[in-house]
Amino acid sequence: MHRKTIAELSQALHQGTISSSELTGIFLSRVKQFNPQLNSFITLTEERASTAAQEADRRLKNGKAGPLTGIPIAHKDIFCTDGVTTTCGSRMLDNFIAPYDATCVVKFNQAGAVMLGKTNMDEFAMGSSNETSFYGPVKNPWDPAKVPGGSSGGSAAAVAAYLVPGATGTDTGGSIRQPAALCGCTGLKPTYGRVSRYGMIAFASSLDQGGPITRTAEDAALMLGVMAGFDEKDSTSMDTSVPDYTATLSDSIEGIKIGLPKEYFSEGLDNRIASALDEAIKEYQNLGATVVDISLPNTNLSVPTYYVVAPAECSSNLSRYDGVRFGYRCDNPKDLMDLYKRTRGEGFGAEVKRRIMIGTYVLSAGYYDAYYLKAQRIRRLISDDFANAFKDVDVIMGPTTPTTAFALGDKVDDPITMYLSDIYTIAVNLAGLPAISIPAGFVNWLPAGLQIIGNYFQEARILNIAHRYQQVTDWHRRVPEQYK
Amino acid sequence: MVLDENTIEKIAHLSRLQIGKEDIPHYAQNLSSILDFVGQMDGIDTTAVDPMAHPLSVTQRLRDDQVTEVDQKDKFQAIAPRVESGLYLVPKVIE
Repeated sequence: MHRKTIAELSQALHQGTISSSELTGIFLSRVKQFNPQLNSFITLTEERASTAAQEADRRLKNGKAGPLTGIPIAHKDIFCTDGVTTTCGSRMLDNFIAPYDATCVVKFNQAGAVMLGKTNMDEFAMGSSNETSFYGPVKNPWDPAKVPGGSSGGSAAAVAAYLVPGATGTDTGGSIRQPAALCGCTGLKPTYGRVSRYGMIAFASSLDQGGPITRTAEDAALMLGVMAGFDEKDSTSMDTSVPDYTATLSDSIEGIKIGLPKEYFSEGLDNRIASALDEAIKEYQNLGATVVDISLPNTNLSVPTYYVVAPAECSSNLSRYDGVRFGYRCDNPKDLMDLYKRTRGEGFGAEVKRRIMIGTYVLSAGYYDAYYLKAQRIRRLISDDFANAFKDVDVIMGPTTPTTAFALGDKVDDPITMYLSDIYTIAVNLAGLPAISIPAGFVNWLPAGLQIIGNYFQEARILNIAHRYQQVTDWHRRVPEQYK
Repeated sequence: MVLDENTIEKIAHLSRLQIGKEDIPHYAQNLSSILDFVGQMDGIDTTAVDPMAHPLSVTQRLRDDQVTEVDQKDKFQAIAPRVESGLYLVPKVIE
């Protein structure tokens, strides 16, 4: 039962083959059994899940149920959940019981989904390995000595280990797509403005976007259908209609033009991943797509640019954590300055402090033009590269990550090596485009991901293209040995 | 770009972060190498390029100046570290 997709489980629930209470019980016991070794959950919400499952069963009986009604899910611990601890993976919010629900959480509650708990993540979403979490690292279900990726490592690991059929994540520089790739899941980052950021703890406001992590594109379509939509409470939310993402999943992709950027297939990419991608591209050609070589000339500037823009925005967003109104407060502050400095010094981990300081530096007088404004100009160049490419192609494909999952502890001492693992995902956030990562093979028994980048608000198209591949391959249905 | 320890102390102060004296060299090294890394931007001519602050070309949405929020002060203050008579308490500011 735990190996069924959301779509399959939804059918079973609607047909009455199983109740949400039973289904929730199955997944909850898997979480309790496997979480000690995976560390993918920070908080389990058993009682709430029980109540929600019973309510879902009532709705299913009364014919008032939708596709997500009764389906167990998990939320990345970056989404505020009313009355439930919301830590953002940080000591700073270890005691923070959110007094309201994020819009995404409200939407899933209204859809009747059953929240099992809050998943582990890199602290304040800053990281690519889930090693910066105050609650300890998450293990990759395919190899416990390896990282699951980050920052949505907990969500990806939970889905990969079949502890939950779907989970929410957030993506600022690749934090949905990269862990999805390293864990063999499907992960979608929507267009900036597609999903409301209200109640989604802010890291970099012009880059952050919430999205689903699932096994399949079909399931991602179902979850996105719930998450997407205009929200008055988010001033950056776009008032664009939400299509039925499931309706066009099986459309023919005959004649679709796939762009392959030459910059994505150069040195730095593990050549075994390159081979797996070659096979995937051949499958797409068999399905009727044509391949076009393109160039995204400013690709190599995307990571440096991001590491000016994102820290700058984070230094501003994280200035609210001051020990005054909520969250961690240091003991016996002697004056206000001591309160601020020690609360923040003790409450934040090293990576967060690094990024706050970089951000403060690049925004400070005398450096603002040389760093921050410069980065914003390069951001436009990077964005223009994509706009130019989309004149000739419908979608852009490439590897999601340059390597498969690396070993725990491998990159913690060298921030820049860690940052470079996001080389293929980061530009997409700078441009604000939608992108999905899907499983496309294995290298030494570790998953490799294929990334499909679409033009603005083309989530339906990239889901369709992903789904067509999943109809002729089965990478997305593999199960790690320990978690069968 | 090499940041000396003085600069780290200044940045830490601006960020309101307490950094232990023994950690300053490590942060100096990390931050210097990150700034070196982002220095790759210098090689690009961007004189004719407008800065891009936001991925979408839209203007800020405005709404009518109407009261729409409900007073939830008690709920929000229930999770505060120290509150008295509806006020947040901090160490004395005024001598």
